[in-house]
Amino acid sequence: MRLTFVTATTGLVMLVVIFELLRRRQLREKYGALWLLVAVAVLPLAFIPTLLDGLSSFLGIASGLSLFLFASVVFLLLVTVHLSWESSRLEEETRSLSEEIALLRADVAELQELREKVKTP
Amino acid sequence: MERVLTILPAWNEAESIAAVIKELQQEVPGMDILVVDDCSRDATAAVARAAGAKVVRLPYNLGVGGARRLGYRYAVEHEYDVAVQMDADGQHDPRYIKDMIDALSDADLVIGARFAGEGVYKVAGPRQWAMKLLSKALSAIARTRLTDTTSGYRACRGELINFYSRNFPVEYLGDTVDTIVQAKRCGYVIKQIPVSMRPRQGGTPSNSPTKAMIYLFRSGLALLLALVRR
Repeated sequence: MRLTFVTATTGLVMLVVIFELLRRRQLREKYGALWLLVAVAVLPLAFIPTLLDGLSSFLGIASGLSLFLFASVVFLLLVTVHLSWESSRLEEETRSLSEEIALLRADVAELQELREKVKTP
Repeated sequence: MERVLTILPAWNEAESIAAVIKELQQEVPGMDILVVDDCSRDATAAVARAAGAKVVRLPYNLGVGGARRLGYRYAVEHEYDVAVQMDADGQHDPRYIKDMIDALSDADLVIGARFAGEGVYKVAGPRQWAMKLLSKALSAIARTRLTDTTSGYRACRGELINFYSRNFPVEYLGDTVDTIVQAKRCGYVIKQIPVSMRPRQGGTPSNSPTKAMIYLFRSGLALLLALVRR
């Protein structure tokens, strides 16, 4: 009973935190939606930890808890891979921007030089 | 008359860059020189500008591959016919630029290579194995003899400049290995000419065996990635 209390509280806190982050526009919708879905999916499990036992015995896994841990490790792995991909993409984007800035500044310097020449013949 | 741009990526090279630029101007008069200042903390940009080079300065450090890509982008935007990439530390002798540009008449990419007969340059141990591995593999891929695939002394022309301005790999060793594989895969003709390298004017080359092993490992990885990449 006490375990159920701990898991249920954790699930609820997670849901509230994500919702609050979304509400304050601190989290992009795509991530918010993902984590909200996760929270909503996990919440029933938090209240009734034996819910997965049927599925796990069907898959040949001894307990529902093991299935849950396995699934969460796989899920977190996928999320970190996704974040690495996302950060590689962002790096490429900032790289292009910095190139653009360098080229623009060179152009501006050239224009300024031209203008100085026109001003002082 | 072809418009030629020499690209010198520079990071904290204020002490040596002026001499390199001066030598280039003497050796190949009329050629434009672009110094890509990779966010140096010293006066590289100012010194290069005073010496008569064009300068673009990156807002933060991108590494030598990133600096080179910016150089190619500059070459595209300013419509150069030929782009020559060199190191800014004085290792590359500008006497060979004319030969390299001549060699571009029947190739798209010309690599100035050590170990091809000219000059003395010795390496040993894992670093040598790595260089052997790369040159064997890349020679097979490019279907021409390449003895010095990590050479940063190159010239290319026309459409390949455009290609590099979009696709120049920015990862470690990618700027040497990947560029050859990509160029070959897109149907460009690669050629090498022998050059001799001079000792660097500043800094010391690393000789630690651990670093050489890491270098070997990373060249293997770079090669593998270059081969499987689209």
